[in-house]
Amino acid sequence: MLESYIKTRRKEKRILLMTHIVLGYPTFEDSAALIDTMVNAGVDLMELQIPFSEPIADGPVILHANQKSLATGTRIKECMSFARTIARSFDIPFLFMSYYNILFTYGLDQFAAKMADYGLKGAIVPDLPPEEGKDYLIAMNKYRLAPIYIFSPTTPENRMTYLHSVAKGFIYCVARKGVTGEETTFSNELRDYLERCRRATDLPLAVGFGVKNKADIDFLIDKADIAVIGSETIRILDEEGVDAVGDFIKGLR
Amino acid sequence: MNNRGYYDRFGGAFIPEILVATFDELVTSFTEAKNDPGFWQSYQDILASYSCRPTPLTYAENLTRYCGGARVYIKREDLNHTGAHKVNNVMGQGLLVKRMGKTRVIAETGAGQHGVATATMAAKFGFTCTIYMGEVDVQRQRPNVFWMERLGAEVIPVRDGTRILKDAINEAFRDWVRNMDTTHYVLGTACGPHPFPEMVSYFQSIIGKEARDQILKIEGKLPRRVYACVGGGSNALGIFSGFMDDAVELVGVEAGGKGLETGRHASRLCSTDGSVGVAQGYKTYFLQDDDGQMKETHSVAAGLDYVGVSPILAHLKETGRVRFESATDREVIDALSLTIQKEGLIPALESAHAFVQALKEAPALSPTDAIIINQSGRGDKDIFTVADAFKDPKWQEFIKKKAEEYHA
Repeated sequence: MLESYIKTRRKEKRILLMTHIVLGYPTFEDSAALIDTMVNAGVDLMELQIPFSEPIADGPVILHANQKSLATGTRIKECMSFARTIARSFDIPFLFMSYYNILFTYGLDQFAAKMADYGLKGAIVPDLPPEEGKDYLIAMNKYRLAPIYIFSPTTPENRMTYLHSVAKGFIYCVARKGVTGEETTFSNELRDYLERCRRATDLPLAVGFGVKNKADIDFLIDKADIAVIGSETIRILDEEGVDAVGDFIKGLR
Repeated sequence: MNNRGYYDRFGGAFIPEILVATFDELVTSFTEAKNDPGFWQSYQDILASYSCRPTPLTYAENLTRYCGGARVYIKREDLNHTGAHKVNNVMGQGLLVKRMGKTRVIAETGAGQHGVATATMAAKFGFTCTIYMGEVDVQRQRPNVFWMERLGAEVIPVRDGTRILKDAINEAFRDWVRNMDTTHYVLGTACGPHPFPEMVSYFQSIIGKEARDQILKIEGKLPRRVYACVGGGSNALGIFSGFMDDAVELVGVEAGGKGLETGRHASRLCSTDGSVGVAQGYKTYFLQDDDGQMKETHSVAAGLDYVGVSPILAHLKETGRVRFESATDREVIDALSLTIQKEGLIPALESAHAFVQALKEAPALSPTDAIIINQSGRGDKDIFTVADAFKDPKWQEFIKKKAEEYHA
């Protein structure tokens, strides 16, 4: 179970790290090298994004990674078999992140069955609110996978309670308005928001969107369980290469 | 949000969590406006004083004679201020923006009509305005970009994806999730998450209401068929809505591009290339590959060059209430030419798609039948695109000379 893994791991570490990569960006070989580097640098869990042509919740860095991966001909089948190899090779939980059309087109039950068979632990689907995701929830629950749901600073308490009631694994708290990869102010306002999240759920809290250095992560200690580094590692990968990503992650805690 | 805007299996609201509260607010505001007896009146009044409504229904005597069949009528949405039906939706949403107390509007645009209409509304109502437009469309619709900028809007060329309408929509959503406190997204067509399909159709229904009254007054009976082009579907739903409960055949004409067999088209409903998917916040027929990745589309008309289609129309296709056809780029240019010469009317390239199908079918109908074509926009302001489509040599010479002047 993802939740118990996180809670156990949290006893050893003050905060966990989750990273995000786009499959097939720039190539599948690079994806593999990146995962190897990240796991060796101490990452506790990872999101594997299956690229989609219309990633509306993503900012420019991840958007371009999606487009470039697709431009090289990335197919869902490859993403699936790649994830299978990865999940068997590394001893941390892997999640799929993608947009709903990918799962819908693949077939929800088949998608979940494959995930379970290949050893993935859960999924984040940012354009699928639970009201639209009845079949998705049935499939995820059937295969004991964690459907990860998102809290945002605009989410009222009663909706947090509702999201908590369908979520498993952890809650992904979006640190601010906007899309991935932009500046976030780590302020009292964010602290208050995370306290609201904490009151609404006993699931572990992950915080993402704009988390990009040690100071940000230090701020999140005792306020959240998982810090999510998304766009920043892709930016470093683009500018300095895979090894620099490893050094960057080692320097975060 | 309880009613999620489903039309059988199409529609819905597939929105990121960050926008849920904003959509709740929009649904509430739209519902209150609809239930406010004064709202529709104020909407009609502003369109009457600002945009020439009701637009006329013109009897096309020469085209009727040319076809030798049904009596051809043309609903003149081209006579709206800003030159297309887009202004109906935009003024309606503008009134909602005022009710919500927001101060900034954003919009996507393909051909540029919706962008110009939104920039116009923003100027009139005193809103700040940002328009997202695919880079490809910016290049092919420079005159509209010029006017949007004159009207005070910031036009942002979108360089991601296929760099056309769908990419502009994605970028507008990305803006909205940052700025929803102050900003309303004026979506231009009956697509996207609930309540947009319902709301845009509601505002555009003014076309159908008028057209029904007008044809009854002139002909003393209902038309046999009504034709409209279908991009996202707003002008089609606008005119169709007036005849939905009547024994009137409704015909939607999609962009056939280079021909359905070439794969280079934007026919989601009448080709066999479309399949059901979820993107840009709603479920409908999309032109997508086996993995669910959206494909490139093609049309001579930027306003029809879109990968999805209104969920309401997808539903009406499945129930058989609306018949869908397509017109190729070539046929569109011919129909445009014919309409200009026979009637002195210049339909937009988008609207000319509806003319293609109507003029194909009119000869087989009886002279006692009437048909209506929705001329959703005017073509004269798309002079660059139309001149290109006609490959007009004198125009090309003029442009070259003009360029030399700028070099001097």
